[in-house]
Amino acid sequence: MNNILVIVPILFQLFAGTILLFFWNKIQIQKSLSIIFSVVALVLGIWLFKLTWNEGIQFTHAGSWETPFGISFVSDLLSATLVLVASIAGLAVSLFSVGTMRKERLKFGFFPIVHFLIMGLCGAFLAGDMFNLYVWFEVVIISSFVLLTLGGTKSQLEGAIKYVSLNLLASSLFLIGIGFVYGLTGSLNFADVAIKLSAISNRGLVNVTAGIFLVAFGIKSAIFPMYFWLPASYHTPPPAVSAIFGGLLTKLGVYALIRTFTLMFGGDEFLGVMLSIIAALTILSGGLGSLLQKNLSKAFGYLIICHIGFMIAGLGMFTEVAILGTVFYLIHDIIVKTNLFMVSGLVLKINGTQDISKLGGMYKNYPVISLLLTVPLFSLVGIPPLSGFWPKIFLIQGGLATKEYFLIAFIVLGSFLTLWVVAKIWAEVFWKNGENLPVKAYGLYFNQMTRSNQMMVIIPIILLSAVSLYIGFAAEQIYVLSEKIAHDLMNPQEYIETILGIKTTLP
Amino acid sequence: MEVLLIIIIGLLHAGGLYMLLRRSMFKIIIGLILLGNGANLLIFLLGRLVKGHPPVIENGMKVFKEIYADPLPQAVVLTAIVIGFGLQSFAIILIKKVFKVLETDDLDELNSTDEEI
Repeated sequence: MNNILVIVPILFQLFAGTILLFFWNKIQIQKSLSIIFSVVALVLGIWLFKLTWNEGIQFTHAGSWETPFGISFVSDLLSATLVLVASIAGLAVSLFSVGTMRKERLKFGFFPIVHFLIMGLCGAFLAGDMFNLYVWFEVVIISSFVLLTLGGTKSQLEGAIKYVSLNLLASSLFLIGIGFVYGLTGSLNFADVAIKLSAISNRGLVNVTAGIFLVAFGIKSAIFPMYFWLPASYHTPPPAVSAIFGGLLTKLGVYALIRTFTLMFGGDEFLGVMLSIIAALTILSGGLGSLLQKNLSKAFGYLIICHIGFMIAGLGMFTEVAILGTVFYLIHDIIVKTNLFMVSGLVLKINGTQDISKLGGMYKNYPVISLLLTVPLFSLVGIPPLSGFWPKIFLIQGGLATKEYFLIAFIVLGSFLTLWVVAKIWAEVFWKNGENLPVKAYGLYFNQMTRSNQMMVIIPIILLSAVSLYIGFAAEQIYVLSEKIAHDLMNPQEYIETILGIKTTLP
Repeated sequence: MEVLLIIIIGLLHAGGLYMLLRRSMFKIIIGLILLGNGANLLIFLLGRLVKGHPPVIENGMKVFKEIYADPLPQAVVLTAIVIGFGLQSFAIILIKKVFKVLETDDLDELNSTDEEI
């Protein structure tokens, strides 16, 4: 349905970021405003989701130009779900940064940039046009550059060099891919491109274009040979920033892969095999890398890579059940990864270090908090009935249906490696007796913080854990949702017809 | 004209990739700039080149009567150039800052984030 209000979630974040800029030196006001804005953004996310769920695809064309001439914003069920999940994660990060970020960092416009980052994410999820997607990607990465370097410590700058240069390379490749698509089809609108690409007889050219997009989005989502920037940079910024990066940024790459590889380049056998191999190697390298790490955040960084592999695996199998698994995993993963980095931030706050070999005694000293932290950790592993369990079932079902047994083996291996890592972290950080921890150079320990600040650190973790539990225990609802999304993705007819307003037949 | 552009695009990409693979941080930025320009020219070329026919409908006409230059690639390239400028200037400032803090230009020495802790 043509509905201009689709862009409200984007505009609202723009508004929020701009208003926050006016309170540059008034940190206290920024903190309260950011939380209020995030709550409103969550309400808007729920509204958009309900609208899309009840009334089907919502879209608008900029300036009321007819498609494919005007820039489209499209909210199909996948986009609306991701906007909703991103706004939940955004609220949690906003609360968490109020509790943990030091004043010196907040003074340089932390909150406005967080809102601009989420604006970019919402924009990218709602974009219905390739070049528009590129622009939103750039909005996201420039915000993430600033967040990553804010504070300017030595390790942050080092991580930033790796992150910035690889992301700029990915953007260039994305642009080259856009050039190819325009050369092949003369259009940039997703729906229009999908029709015109399927009519091209020279499949070699189409596959090369797909390959370029695979590399460009692959760098951003950290898949197998292109993930090295992630473990080198994600542990360097403060935990609140790591949380938003780990939860949302790599998933943006996965979203772009899902969108392009179902709508535009779907069903190609060569690409399917390639995605499957990449997925298997991503799972393996992420899992093994995580085992070796002694730093909590770095271990979690490798786990991000490992679990990106699961989502790519579903895309590689390319059946409705497998895509269902991918979408389900995406929803679960955004919540749980954001939570995980907040957990590592809490551990840092309590102990002053993230070195696994030195940490210990969390369970003895903070039994209630430790029990709370079991929820994100065990959801990550996927111990039934927690949230990570269900999507893996669908991925394995998809693998059985397409007879890709080697991929199933890797998914099982990946789950096992995750279990190993989490068990190791649990034993070392929570059960082992702690050594004498090095004294923290700056900032307060958790037990020195005021009661209200302590709550600000705990509440977002409770919030996201509750969402994780909801996904786990109300899996049927998420299943129905993911199934509908997967069905729409595998049968893009409706999407295309709604956007273009014409009847078509896809081959 | 097309052949010339193809050669230039090829050179820009080759040069850009070569510079990206060097060990100096400064040369990486040069490489990224070259690559970005190559990509922009590529879009321009793939939007088909038409000489001397701007996309303006002549006086007294309702539609185009002959072939005209596609305005969309130009708009796309313009946007991409502007975005590229922003990102590149950020990267240059970042490198300056990194050089000040770490006192090295050699990427091989930027390995403390990969060591333990």
